[in-house]
Amino acid sequence: MSTESSPWEEHFGSRENQSVAAQLGMWIFLGSEVLLFTNLFVGYAVYRYYYPEVFVEASKHLKAEWAMVQTLLLVTSSLFVVLAVHYIRQGRQLLTVLVLVLAIGMGLGFLGIKGWEYWEHWKEGALPGEYYRLEELPERGGSLFFTLYFLLTGLHAIHMLVALGLLGWLVWGALSGKYTAEYHIPVEVGGLYWHLVDIFWLFIFPLLYLVE
Amino acid sequence: MNPAAGSNQPAVTYLNHETTVASWLLTRDHKRIGVMFLVGVIFALLLGGIFAMALRIELLTPGPTVMGPMTYNRMFTLHGVTMVWLFMIPAIPSAFGNFVLPIMLGAKDVAFPRLNLASFYIYLAGSMLTVFGMLWSGADTGWTFYTPYSTVSPTTVTPILLGVFIIGFSTIITGLNFITTVHTLRAPGMHWTRIPLFVWTIYGTSVIQVVATPVLGMVLLLVTAERVLGMGIFDPSRGGDPVLFQHMFWFYSHPAVYIMVLPAMGVITEVVCAYSRKNIFGYKMVAASTFGIAFVGFFTWGHHMFVSGQSTFGSGIFGVLSMLVAIFTAIKIFNWVATLYGGSIDLKVPLLYVLGFIFLLMFGGMTGVAVATTSLDVHWHDTYFVVAHFHYIMVGAVLMAFLAGLHYWWPKMFGKLYPERWSFLAAMTIIFGFIVTFLPQFLLGNMGMPRRYYEYPREMQWLHVLSTAGASLLAFGFGLIAIYLLWSLRYGEEAPMNAWGSRGYEWYSGSPPVPHNFTEAPRFEREVHDYTVVEGPRVY
Repeated sequence: MSTESSPWEEHFGSRENQSVAAQLGMWIFLGSEVLLFTNLFVGYAVYRYYYPEVFVEASKHLKAEWAMVQTLLLVTSSLFVVLAVHYIRQGRQLLTVLVLVLAIGMGLGFLGIKGWEYWEHWKEGALPGEYYRLEELPERGGSLFFTLYFLLTGLHAIHMLVALGLLGWLVWGALSGKYTAEYHIPVEVGGLYWHLVDIFWLFIFPLLYLVE
Repeated sequence: MNPAAGSNQPAVTYLNHETTVASWLLTRDHKRIGVMFLVGVIFALLLGGIFAMALRIELLTPGPTVMGPMTYNRMFTLHGVTMVWLFMIPAIPSAFGNFVLPIMLGAKDVAFPRLNLASFYIYLAGSMLTVFGMLWSGADTGWTFYTPYSTVSPTTVTPILLGVFIIGFSTIITGLNFITTVHTLRAPGMHWTRIPLFVWTIYGTSVIQVVATPVLGMVLLLVTAERVLGMGIFDPSRGGDPVLFQHMFWFYSHPAVYIMVLPAMGVITEVVCAYSRKNIFGYKMVAASTFGIAFVGFFTWGHHMFVSGQSTFGSGIFGVLSMLVAIFTAIKIFNWVATLYGGSIDLKVPLLYVLGFIFLLMFGGMTGVAVATTSLDVHWHDTYFVVAHFHYIMVGAVLMAFLAGLHYWWPKMFGKLYPERWSFLAAMTIIFGFIVTFLPQFLLGNMGMPRRYYEYPREMQWLHVLSTAGASLLAFGFGLIAIYLLWSLRYGEEAPMNAWGSRGYEWYSGSPPVPHNFTEAPRFEREVHDYTVVEGPRVY
């Protein structure tokens, strides 16, 4: 059993192997995350096929401009996460912390906009299932659109929260000097997770907000 | 058995190097985690078995026997839920896979030991939530949770859905861990073409676990959301489609059959080689057929939906794809038989279970081809024929392999021998009991007895009585096994290093193994189960 103080675990044989294993493990996990979302994408495809007009009409109740802002925030934050990996490979811990904090700020901005959007939907009655009160649109199809909308964006938001926690943990680790040019596996692996959350949004955004 | 041979067991083993309760509960040793999983799944088997016996006793007479219809509905639901999710899916990969896979690869541990421990606790938490739901009032939806009924049933479905969802994470983590372990932790000399076939099957299973389980998780969450928040995604009154649930559910749950059966096939391969003193007849074909089954398994889910209003063309395609599974399975069966042929056969108890396994798999597999035929399935759909078919293939395979593995690796895990005669008697009882339990159910199904029914016409009673008699034999057999295995832990003869003279790589380490599996790094210089080279016992 490895000792707590050293980040290098003995059973991997070599440091390089530990890094390979961590990355492989994360990629497999990301693959399974993709399949978690797939159900909702399939549901979206099926119900869009059943109710094409209602879905187009319903999407006009969403705030596409603000979603654009969210997209920009998220993509930029991904850039900062890439920079964090770049800096920690050079052992520059303070710069790493700085870019990670910027990324976290953008993530929080994203969630803030999302929360405000949810609030607007609440006022309008554009809610899932039995809470649906939007009268311009037929309930059959309309309530399904908003069910899928809340499920997709809600699941995404939960992943964002987890990913933000992860980045916060990386900030703490970088501040306490745990990560160095030698040892930076968690930053790389955590960065991968952030990119996954980013990529999900790049599918959700056009499907819900843009497609007509 | 030579008692003096016992003296070469290692003095410090994974069992005795630390003995406090905390050292078990917080262990990161894959062997201890494997043993904890073993205890967990055996409890699940016991619980599911009690439910099964209750069902069989109820069906002794055509009318009410010992319980009311609602209790009966709950019983078959809980039997299915417990057996599928708490026992069969984790049984072989999480218990035996955890124990022997790293040793077979010459690794000190799995890639992520902490995650491995987490996997056990997630399994425990999910199981406890599920059992809590069962005790609270139990669900009456059947283990498949079909919508729209599962969204409106007044029973406590929600905790059970969430419990199964949580267990899914344990499955994903275990799969992820094994894949990474196989890729990164093979010892020198362990090429891809030397990996033991048990490891190959666990690897194939892990791929299915990682790919399919999230789909199940999501669909269970959707049903939960529908129950709790009235989301309406499968609700026809809001425009939803209940058949979509079936597609999503079976996209996971059909491959889940292979999560159960593939590791069983892996155990069988190891045991066949060990007791016929030969390496497997066609190593590459057996390994490749594992992935054939895993791959094709993802394209067969529609055969559960032949009568759901799916197009005839779609049903035809799903039927043909389903039959492909039989080809890959046949490759394995022919290879086992070819390995036994001309082998120096030692008919010990694990090999007895192998023979039971081959019979049940053949019978279950061929009835599988029959129900994959659309025209026949319309007749047999949702009858006892299907119940008998999937009990033969899933339960028969998993139970036989589980018991074969349990006996084969018992000396490896605990350093004790089990009593040979008692175990022989138990194995015969179990194999015979299994056939007597489920063979009549094929006949019942063909006569038109629908599954999940509480009552039946009097003409069918003799077959039900026969089936219950078989189930009682099974219960007796399990009781016997429980008694002699517990007895052997305390009073059993000490096992020698390699109780069976097996050439499987896991016997390179001590029996029971030392804490980090090996005292020095093992060298793999021959193929696994190569009995042609002369070598003394090698223990690293």
